[in-house]
Amino acid sequence: MKTEYRGSIHQRQKELMTRWYERLESASDGVAMMISGNCVELLQAFDLPPFYPEINALQLAIRHQSLEPILAAEEMGYAADNCAYVKADVGAWLKGITPTGRPLPRPALVLCNFVGCNTYVKWFEHTAALTGAPLYVLDVPFLRDDEPTDAAVTYVVRQLKDVVVQLERISGKRFDIDRLREAVTCAAEVEESWSKIKHLCRSTPAPFDAYFDAITLMGPLYVYRANREGVDFFGAAVNEIQQRVDRHEGVYDAERFRVVVEGPPPYSHFRNFRDMFAKWKAVAVASTYSTVGGLWEFGFRHDPDHPFESIARHMLQYNVTNRNYLQRYDQIERYVREWNADGIVIHFVKSCRLFSAGQGDMRDYFTRQHDIPTLYIESDLEDPRYFSEAQIKNRVDAFFEALEHRKAVSA
Amino acid sequence: MNDSLARCEELITDIDFKSVSAWKNANPGAKAIAYFPVYAPAEIIHAFGALPVALHGAGDRLDLQHADARFGSFICSIVKTTLELGLTQRLKTFDGFLFTSICDTARNLCFVTKRNFPDLYVDFIHLPHNCPSEAAIDFLASDYDRLRWQLRKLTGREANDEALRSSIQLYNINRQLTNDLYALRSRAPHLLSTYELYLLVRAGDFIPVEEHNTMLADGLERVARALRPRDSLRVVVEGSFCEQPPLDLIKLIESAGCYIVEDDFTIGRRWFKHPVPLSGDPLRTLAESYVCDSVYSSVRHDAENSRVEGLMAKVRDNKADAVLAFIAKFCEPAYFDYVLFKREMERVGIPHLLLEFEEKLFTFDRLQMEIETFVESLLFV
Repeated sequence: MKTEYRGSIHQRQKELMTRWYERLESASDGVAMMISGNCVELLQAFDLPPFYPEINALQLAIRHQSLEPILAAEEMGYAADNCAYVKADVGAWLKGITPTGRPLPRPALVLCNFVGCNTYVKWFEHTAALTGAPLYVLDVPFLRDDEPTDAAVTYVVRQLKDVVVQLERISGKRFDIDRLREAVTCAAEVEESWSKIKHLCRSTPAPFDAYFDAITLMGPLYVYRANREGVDFFGAAVNEIQQRVDRHEGVYDAERFRVVVEGPPPYSHFRNFRDMFAKWKAVAVASTYSTVGGLWEFGFRHDPDHPFESIARHMLQYNVTNRNYLQRYDQIERYVREWNADGIVIHFVKSCRLFSAGQGDMRDYFTRQHDIPTLYIESDLEDPRYFSEAQIKNRVDAFFEALEHRKAVSA
Repeated sequence: MNDSLARCEELITDIDFKSVSAWKNANPGAKAIAYFPVYAPAEIIHAFGALPVALHGAGDRLDLQHADARFGSFICSIVKTTLELGLTQRLKTFDGFLFTSICDTARNLCFVTKRNFPDLYVDFIHLPHNCPSEAAIDFLASDYDRLRWQLRKLTGREANDEALRSSIQLYNINRQLTNDLYALRSRAPHLLSTYELYLLVRAGDFIPVEEHNTMLADGLERVARALRPRDSLRVVVEGSFCEQPPLDLIKLIESAGCYIVEDDFTIGRRWFKHPVPLSGDPLRTLAESYVCDSVYSSVRHDAENSRVEGLMAKVRDNKADAVLAFIAKFCEPAYFDYVLFKREMERVGIPHLLLEFEEKLFTFDRLQMEIETFVESLLFV
C-alpha cells in the first residue's frame, strides 16, 4: 500500500517553502539558525529571513542527493561517525549544491542557538569558519529539572539582547519592542493552532499522521511561525483537519494501529519508510521529532507581555531537544496514554546522539516497566548507506504482526 | 619510583574502586562523588570533605553484558563501560555522580544513570558554551552555588568560603605540580616517559588531592635519570581527552619512535592556565577561571579563542615535529575538531596522523605499523 497526502494544506506548504527559498536566494541578510528551539520571533522583529541548514540537508536527502556531498565532506576529513546532516551541509557548500539548484548566498550571521545538541555548536563553528560569516553562540543551559533556574533564564535573556545588537547591525534597523511583541503574538497564535492539530490526533481515526504529515508542516512552523502568513496557514490547517474529524476521516480508510514515534525519520528513504507503516494502516498519533522546534501541545505559548522571557523559556524548557532524557520518557508515556496508542516505534539514527544515545534504555523502560510494545530500528536521518530496507521492513512487519496478535488475545 | 608507579597502575586498573572504599572506611560518614570527564569543579566536592573521583569508564577490564543493549550501536565505549560498572554493582561505593555538558552522549548517560540508580545523587552541570558573553560567569557561579546546595544536602556538611579557598589552593598546587611534570617531559622527554607521567597524573583521579600532591612532588624529585636521548619524533597527542586509550597503547606510541611532548589525556587535571585566584567569592572565581582561563578542549566552546590556534600554539611551544590525532571511536567532538585542525595543519605544513582507538582495544599491530611508518617517513626520509 502506498501513502497519499490528503488535503490542500500540503500543497500550500510547498508554495510557502518555495517562496521562502526564493527569498533566501536574493537575501544578503539571512541568519543561519538551528531548528531546535529556534528564536525566529527575534528575526521577524527585524524582518530578517531565517536560514536553516538542517532543512537544506534534509531536502537533499529526500531528493536522494545527499550521498555526493556526504562523500565530499568525508574526503575533507569528516569521519564516518560524524553527523551526516553536517556532512551533507558542508559537502553541499563545498560542491555548490543547493536544494533548489540555484546558489544561496552566505548568511549574514551564523546564530548558533545551541539547544541541547552539542553537534550544532561544531556545525555552526564550521559553517562560520568555511564561509567567513560571523558567529554568535547563543548558549542555552540544558534542562535538568522541571523548571529552569532563574539564573538560566537570565543568562539566555542577556544573550538574546546581545543578539538584538547583532541583528540591528545586519538589518540597519533599530530594535522595536512592539515589533517583537507582534512577532511573539503571531507565534502564540500559530502555537495554539499547531497544538490543536496535535490534539485532534487523539480522535479515532486520527485525521493526520503526527509524524509523517507533521514533518511536512514543520517547515512553515519554523519559517513562518512569527508572522501573519503563518497564522493564516495554520488556522486553515486546523479547519481542514477539524473537518476531517467531523467527517470521521482518518489517514487510512480503516485505521488498524496507533503508534507513537520517537526519533527523526530516515529522510533518504522517507517514502519507503512511510509505506512500511502504511502497509499496516498504522498511523502515528504523536511523535517526539515534531517537537524539536517547540513543545506546545502541553500548554506553553510565547507571551507578548514578556517577549524575551518567553523566548528564553521556549528555548530552555519547551522543545524536546533541550529537555532531559527522562522528560522525554514522560512525554512519550503521556502520548501513549492520552493519545490512546498501541505501541511505540523508536528510530535510532546513527547521526544524532542527542536523540539516539540511550534509546535501548528507553525501550527497556517502556517494555519492562510499562508493558508497552516497542519497536526499535536503526538507520540514519541523512546517510542512505545506513538504511537497510529489507531488515527494517522485516522488523516493522514482525512488530505489527505481534501487535495484531496481542490485540486479538486481549480482545 | 617503580613502587610508586606500580601503585598508580593498581589504582588506575582497579574497577572495583577498593581505594575509594578504603578511604570511606577511614573517613566514616564522608561521601565519594564520581564525575564523568572531561572537567568538573572537584574543589567544591573536596570542600565538603568528600572524595572527588574522576571516572573514565572501565577500559579493557570489563565485558559488556548489559550496557550494549542500553546504548546501541555507534556509541563510544566509555559511556557503555561506565553504565556497565553501575549495572554490575561496581559503583556502589559512590554516593553521587556528576556529569557536565561535554557531549550529547554523556548528557544522556547522566539521565539514564539517574533512572537506573534512583538512590544515587546524580547531577548535571551546564558549563557555558558562550564564554565571550558577560553573562556566562554569572550563570556558572550560580550553577556552582546550586551544586554547593545539593552537596550540603547530600553530605550534611557545610563548606564555607574558607573551606572552598583551601580546596582551591590544594588543587592549584596539584595543577602546578602536574604542569611542572609536563614541562619537564617536554624539555627532556628521555627523562620521563609519557607512560610514567600518565600513571602519576591519572592516579590523582582516585585518591585525595593531598596525597596526590605528595605523590607528584615525589615523582618530580625522582624522575631525573641519566638516560641518553634517542632519535624520536616529538609529537603532540590530541583528541584523547575523555575515553582513555589502553595503557599499553600509550607505551606503544613511545616504543614506535615518538616522544610525546604534549597530550590531552586527562586534560581536566590541568584545566586552568593560571592558578585560580584565592581572593573574592570562591565560587565566582572558579566560574571566572572556567570562562576566562581554561585550556582549549574539543568539549569547550569559546568563539573568541580558537581551538585551532590553541593546537598551533601547543605545537610551537613544545617544538613538536608532528601531531597524532588520537581519537576514541565514536567521539564526535574530537572528530569534528579534527577537520579544522587538519585544514590548518595542512596549510602550515605540520605532519599529522589520524589514529582511532577504543579503550578496550587489545591488538595493536595495525596502529603500531601506522605509527612506525609515519615516524620513519619523517625521521629518515
